[in-house]
Amino acid sequence: MDRPIRVLVAKPGLDGHDRGAKVVARALRDAGMEVIYTGLRQTPQQIVAAAIQEDVDVVAMSILSGAHNHLFPKVVQILKDEGAEDILIVGGGVIPEDDIPGLKEAGVKEIFTPGTATTDVIEFIKNNVKRK
Amino acid sequence: MQLEEKLLNGDKRGCAKLISMVENNDKEAIDIIKKLYNHTGNAHIIGITGPPGGGKSTLTDRLAKALRKEDKKIGIIAIDPTSPFSGGSILGDRIRMNDLSLDKEVFIRSMGTRGYLGGLSKATQGAVKLLDIFGCDYIFIETVGVGQSEVDIVKTADTVIMVMVPGLGDDIQAIKAGVMEIGDIFAINKSDLMGASKTATEIKMMLDMSDNMERRPPVLQVTAIKNEGIDKLVDEIKNQMNYLEESNELYERRKNNAKTEIIKLVEEDIINLILKKNESIGMLDDIAHEVAIKVLDPYTAKDRVFNSIKEL
Repeated sequence: MDRPIRVLVAKPGLDGHDRGAKVVARALRDAGMEVIYTGLRQTPQQIVAAAIQEDVDVVAMSILSGAHNHLFPKVVQILKDEGAEDILIVGGGVIPEDDIPGLKEAGVKEIFTPGTATTDVIEFIKNNVKRK
Repeated sequence: MQLEEKLLNGDKRGCAKLISMVENNDKEAIDIIKKLYNHTGNAHIIGITGPPGGGKSTLTDRLAKALRKEDKKIGIIAIDPTSPFSGGSILGDRIRMNDLSLDKEVFIRSMGTRGYLGGLSKATQGAVKLLDIFGCDYIFIETVGVGQSEVDIVKTADTVIMVMVPGLGDDIQAIKAGVMEIGDIFAINKSDLMGASKTATEIKMMLDMSDNMERRPPVLQVTAIKNEGIDKLVDEIKNQMNYLEESNELYERRKNNAKTEIIKLVEEDIINLILKKNESIGMLDDIAHEVAIKVLDPYTAKDRVFNSIKEL
């Protein structure tokens, strides 16, 4: 039997807006994934530690504070340092168009901005996850 | 480095991978457990059970922190339900344990039940063994929020802490069979709420009625979120372990638990055999059809299935 895709849904940084993260978590659950939800105000180190202990296939981060250019690449970097570069990393939140190419270059595979259908997120994860 | 070495060296990533593999019934992981089985048995395995929202995760977090002060290595397996419809799940116990994520001597793993109904997940026992080999001194198993009859934890843990909260019911609830019978220690959490001492009294009165207990479970009032009563609870956990060791009860429990586990493993293999046989010749579907149209009874059907796997 195929094991379900495991996704860590995390909120890095200091904003307290987790409605979007919860909606996505719920949608992924309904798509048959195991979602580990870590809650608000996580440091990149905490996110990586959780991702490794939980042996997730995907790290999905949501941010609304504007600190995405700092925090997303940091998570990518620490995961790489830990030898976990096979984990698919995606991000979401209020992220300006202009910032997206830079984030992708840094290793975030896709950025989902407001208005994205949850089905698009699910499709993207299913098509891009590297199954071990 | 091989997974086996990684596990023995306390490498978290290696341990995490192996737990996934055990969840997946992977042969390599099972072979590693077979080989290293003599490294297990050092950890005190503690089940944390109780109703949903009772504060099991928060209490586990506080207990782990208290034991970290004594430099103990801690493993935590936190189980949440899997959806019977989509197969997905939201595993949210880590939210209460975020401070522990970065502690090098703490390993936390969330698991979905994946169809298991007794309050644990399919691979809980395998994960416990891996964390034991990994070198944990204490392994906490936090069950799903339980109702009245999810008692599998008692067949897996050395010690069961029943986490209760005030206001869930009266003294009749306390004398019902099921989960109320499995606690070695009762912790009334959220004891800053009204009715906590009444709940404690009801549980004590329930315990007064059982005169055949080897050891009377202590009943403690705690408030995990405020870190109140935690040290006392840690003391009781140690008292319980001392009692288990001195009375030979530890051996008895572990033997009983092993028996249950072996039966479960055999059961799984038999079921897989039947399903495999069914895949190749569609036997089960044919028999089920006959039972459905009432030309065959289920008992004779069972005999037929059983005979067919004996031929394999």
